[in-house]
Amino acid sequence: MTTTLSTAPGSPGGHPSALEIRGLWKSFGDLQVLRGIDLTVAEHEVVCLIGSSGSGKSTLLRCVNLLEPIDAGRVVVEGEEITASGVDVNRIRRRIGIVFQSFNLFPHMSVMRNVSLAPRKALGTSQAEAEAEAVELLDRFGLADKRAEFPDRLSGGQQQRVAIVRALAMHPDLLLLDEITSALDPELVAEVLDVIRELARGGMTMVIATHEMGFARDIANRVCFLDQGQILEQGTPAEIFTAPKAPRTQQFLQRVLDAGRL
Amino acid sequence: MSGLGIGGPLDSGDMILRSGGRPAARPRFDRSAVRSTLIALVSTVVFFTIVGFVVVNSPGWTQVQESFLNGKVWSESVPDIVPAFVTNVQLFCISEVLILVLALVLAVLRSLPGPVLFPIRLLATIYVDVFRAIPGVLIIYILGFGIPGLGLAGVPTDPFFYAVISLTLVYSAYVSEVYRAGIQSVHPSQEAAARSLGLTQFQALRYVVLPQAIRRVIPPLLNDFIGLQKDSVLVSYIGVVEIFRQAQIDKASTFNFTPYLVVALVFLVITIPLARLTDWLVARDRRRFLANAR
Repeated sequence: MTTTLSTAPGSPGGHPSALEIRGLWKSFGDLQVLRGIDLTVAEHEVVCLIGSSGSGKSTLLRCVNLLEPIDAGRVVVEGEEITASGVDVNRIRRRIGIVFQSFNLFPHMSVMRNVSLAPRKALGTSQAEAEAEAVELLDRFGLADKRAEFPDRLSGGQQQRVAIVRALAMHPDLLLLDEITSALDPELVAEVLDVIRELARGGMTMVIATHEMGFARDIANRVCFLDQGQILEQGTPAEIFTAPKAPRTQQFLQRVLDAGRL
Repeated sequence: MSGLGIGGPLDSGDMILRSGGRPAARPRFDRSAVRSTLIALVSTVVFFTIVGFVVVNSPGWTQVQESFLNGKVWSESVPDIVPAFVTNVQLFCISEVLILVLALVLAVLRSLPGPVLFPIRLLATIYVDVFRAIPGVLIIYILGFGIPGLGLAGVPTDPFFYAVISLTLVYSAYVSEVYRAGIQSVHPSQEAAARSLGLTQFQALRYVVLPQAIRRVIPPLLNDFIGLQKDSVLVSYIGVVEIFRQAQIDKASTFNFTPYLVVALVFLVITIPLARLTDWLVARDRRRFLANAR
């Protein structure tokens, strides 16, 4: 179904990978959340992170966006080490979009302003230009009639789509999605996942932490199973979902299957 | 529903809570609502009749009436006292503007993260601690008499100037705490969202955190503004001829306390509408909160 499988996972291409994580460690106090993560994401690749709650999926995404300082390791985006000291974090974050589980729209701003604020203030785009582009993006994702609304007037699914549009308005090289359907009512999940499918078709490089196994199997070029802060197993969706090797992966997928989520 | 409280059609906050945000769906004239309004009315009339009866029949009532509610003194002192209130209005309006700005700066300074900025946070904290600890009237005395007393050339001698400075120093310490509470009430995920889009820390504060924080603290800010209005009479101690000072002058010439009641009435007239506005804003915020929490 996807047309972007031409890039073999982790293959050494002519140009640098979109994202390269080497030996990433992160702890909160005594709690070791990430224990030596290595992950390479090629351009136009969609990588899904699966694993139980607390396995480190969200923390990994927050570290890549420099929202959390890391203890050890390197994160390289398009050949530039963003975890090096002296790097302008604001410039890096403009290149990496993140969408959160809880939307985090700005409640005091209209949808239009939510989307156009960062391009105007962080990129210096003119108001007219930023708004024209916001209109275009909102139209594209079926939110044309919501421009003037405030977030509290929208459904969860609409809010999450606005949050995705807000991230896209910065033209990120890489989009991180942190369990973006976990806070939604079941009937609203599909409209959000459809947006992600469209982005994948358009070639957006994405790292997606998700509990939606069906979606992961459907959309991912590669699936990584995280367990206790380590990537225990990775491979194509077919490999992970039909023939998982590690006992922990088998156990996890069995539990998901029992819960009727696959 | 309580028998004495006005728990009827006036209490819209409760109604929204019970009906899930659609008060129109309820019948217009609820019998129990009419009944509790009537009970409230009767009990209020009975209560104030009893209080009035006790006061008017107390042994010293005629003397008190003569020295506090003297009609002749009243009508003579009103033309003196009401114009003097203009000075208070100027005083608390100028001070309020300065307070709102200075307090916001203090609150932002205290909210700055990072070890490098510790000295700035420390200074702002000391400022707030000091000016909240010392009674306002002492600050007014110390600045109002102390600084002109130094006799330095170019230092203002106008007591009005020191009145503004003193009230600003004292109230900005309180108001900065109000702002700070507002800033802390904005969930950290809002700042994270702003920073993740590449906004700088200052931009996140300016466009995302502060607008939400300030909106939330408007009721307590108005509350402090009412306090400031009343405390504006304290500057009478350093010789600013404002409403209270004028009342003292009138009292001294008539040997009658009625001018003080005129002052009290002026403050009632000016602060009660503001208090009602504050209550209305609080109720509105509560309704919004409940509507969003659904």
